[in-house]
Amino acid sequence: MSTLTNPIPDTTATVVGQNARRRHYGTHIFLTVMAVMWLIPLAWSLFTALRPKADTDKFGYFSFGGTFNFDNFVQAWTQGGFSKYFLNSVLITVPSVVLTLFFASMMAFAVSRVSWKFNITLLIMFTAGNLLPPQVLAAPLFEMFKHLTLPYSFSDSGNLLNTYISVIAVDTAFQIGFCTFVLSNYMKALSADLTEAALVDGAGIWRQYWNIILPLCRPALAALGTLEVIFIYNDFFWPLLFIQSGDRLPVTTAINNLQGEFLANYNLLAAGATITVIPTLIIYLVLQRQFVAGLTLGSSKG
Amino acid sequence: MSTTAEKPAVPDREPGEAGQSLATSGRRGVGRRTIRTGRVRRLTRRDKLVLAIMVGLPTLIQLLLVWLPTVFSIALSFTRWNGLDLKDIKPAGTDNYRFVVEDYPPFWPAMQHNVLWLVFLALIATPLGLLLAVLLDQKIRGSKIYQSIFFTPVMLSLALIGIIWQLFYNRDSGLLNFLLGTAGTPQAVDWFGDSNVNIWAAMVAATWRHAGYVMILYLAGLKGVDPSLREAAAIDGANAVQTFFRVVFPAMRPVNIVIVVITIIESLRAFDIVYIINRGTNGLELISALVIQNLVGEGQVIGVGSSLAVILLVISLIPIVFYLIRTFGKESKA
Repeated sequence: MSTLTNPIPDTTATVVGQNARRRHYGTHIFLTVMAVMWLIPLAWSLFTALRPKADTDKFGYFSFGGTFNFDNFVQAWTQGGFSKYFLNSVLITVPSVVLTLFFASMMAFAVSRVSWKFNITLLIMFTAGNLLPPQVLAAPLFEMFKHLTLPYSFSDSGNLLNTYISVIAVDTAFQIGFCTFVLSNYMKALSADLTEAALVDGAGIWRQYWNIILPLCRPALAALGTLEVIFIYNDFFWPLLFIQSGDRLPVTTAINNLQGEFLANYNLLAAGATITVIPTLIIYLVLQRQFVAGLTLGSSKG
Repeated sequence: MSTTAEKPAVPDREPGEAGQSLATSGRRGVGRRTIRTGRVRRLTRRDKLVLAIMVGLPTLIQLLLVWLPTVFSIALSFTRWNGLDLKDIKPAGTDNYRFVVEDYPPFWPAMQHNVLWLVFLALIATPLGLLLAVLLDQKIRGSKIYQSIFFTPVMLSLALIGIIWQLFYNRDSGLLNFLLGTAGTPQAVDWFGDSNVNIWAAMVAATWRHAGYVMILYLAGLKGVDPSLREAAAIDGANAVQTFFRVVFPAMRPVNIVIVVITIIESLRAFDIVYIINRGTNGLELISALVIQNLVGEGQVIGVGSSLAVILLVISLIPIVFYLIRTFGKESKA
């Protein structure tokens, strides 16, 4: 038997190996060209950002003349008010992600671990909600927030507009759908015996959720958490719609105003863009695996 | 030809579909149902209250901030309103729709641009992402480095991508005109400013991000394809191209559906990049941008904005419903 079956995989392996090796030169050339093209826009921003405006004016943008330093970054940071914008981003992103994961995990637990007449209906509603273009909801949400009168001690606009809460609430509502979908699939894959055993011990629903299921979902929660931090940090639209005072905008939306603020100083604009890239790049380098896992979790089931 | 091609296709489909239903509903559906009936009886009143809160809170948020506004959008699209006093809302029948379709100049260009955006993503960005994934799925040196490079733009917001490409496309200081040798000459193109080319320039910038996204999803999909399928195809004499198109690609059906939906939805949601360039005017009109132009700033025309939003909603419901049927169709039957 073994003498008969062994040669076949061996020969195919060597044939495939030779083909692959021959093809790999072309592949490498193609991939290298693509990779260089992919990096050019980022590299160009960094290159421009590192050169003082005086030098680019003197030698031209397409030259290596003059000095390279971080002056533009320092100037962009102070002149653009980045510390304020980053703080705003944190104030919006952290509560949104925590609330999204909390609500989504409760919902996912209820639809995946407990029999419920409408659980599929609810899950469909949540998933569909996440897929809608945000612009569809823009006008009613704006008007709802505008006409909700609040005491001035709570909000200086007298309504929900121009508050972080408006952005946090809508970001949360919009992201719950996706997280519920992913987490419910994850929870369905956990053995039913787990909660059965807890049930025998007299554990209520909340303990089953909080002490048993949720700790087991830690990998999914970590992946989704990373993904949601990036999603919400990158959200441009909701702050643009709800927040009118420039000094309350998060970074991603604030860069819209930098173009006007820095006028025709492309070196400063490039520095500002590079500063905005840095947090995402750090998260990417540290949590790359989590991020990719989060993205693919949503698509593994179709 | 046909025999070698069909043979591998048959074993492929079976593990693909059987595997999927096993992982989702099939195996657990049976197990769950028996336990379910047992568990329902054992729910105490307190448990039911806790459950009601666990379901009720997220559902309330979802209804209040997603579905209620959707309904309001539809309602407002049949009214005339300046957004100031609720008493001023006047019924307008289908006037807003008639105005948008017949008398609103940017509407049809925006529709064309949205279709163009979709076609560009579907024919260029998505296949490019797939190609990158297939090439990187082979055991080649530096695969991880290439992946990281192609994936970097996916981490960036589309608004930031607009700024970064603005620097690259700029007429006087951008690198592209320099590389083309037109910098400083009258032939230099203002890539984001010239209404003849800016939609293409914006779509290239969007591709920069979309291709990386598609690549990462397909890389995961390719890892999920049973390696014995490829071996079987190789033994049957299928070449690499045949193996891919007749065996591997069909086996990735779940991922393919997600990618189709993502591509359509992304092209309908395209907004940030054109808004940051010029608020979606002068050659960059998109439906999503027109909605916002009618809602913010001076002379708000909520009715017109809402009717545009409803048009966007109706178009997006096509891929959404397709996706939901694909995803939940099997489960609700089981």
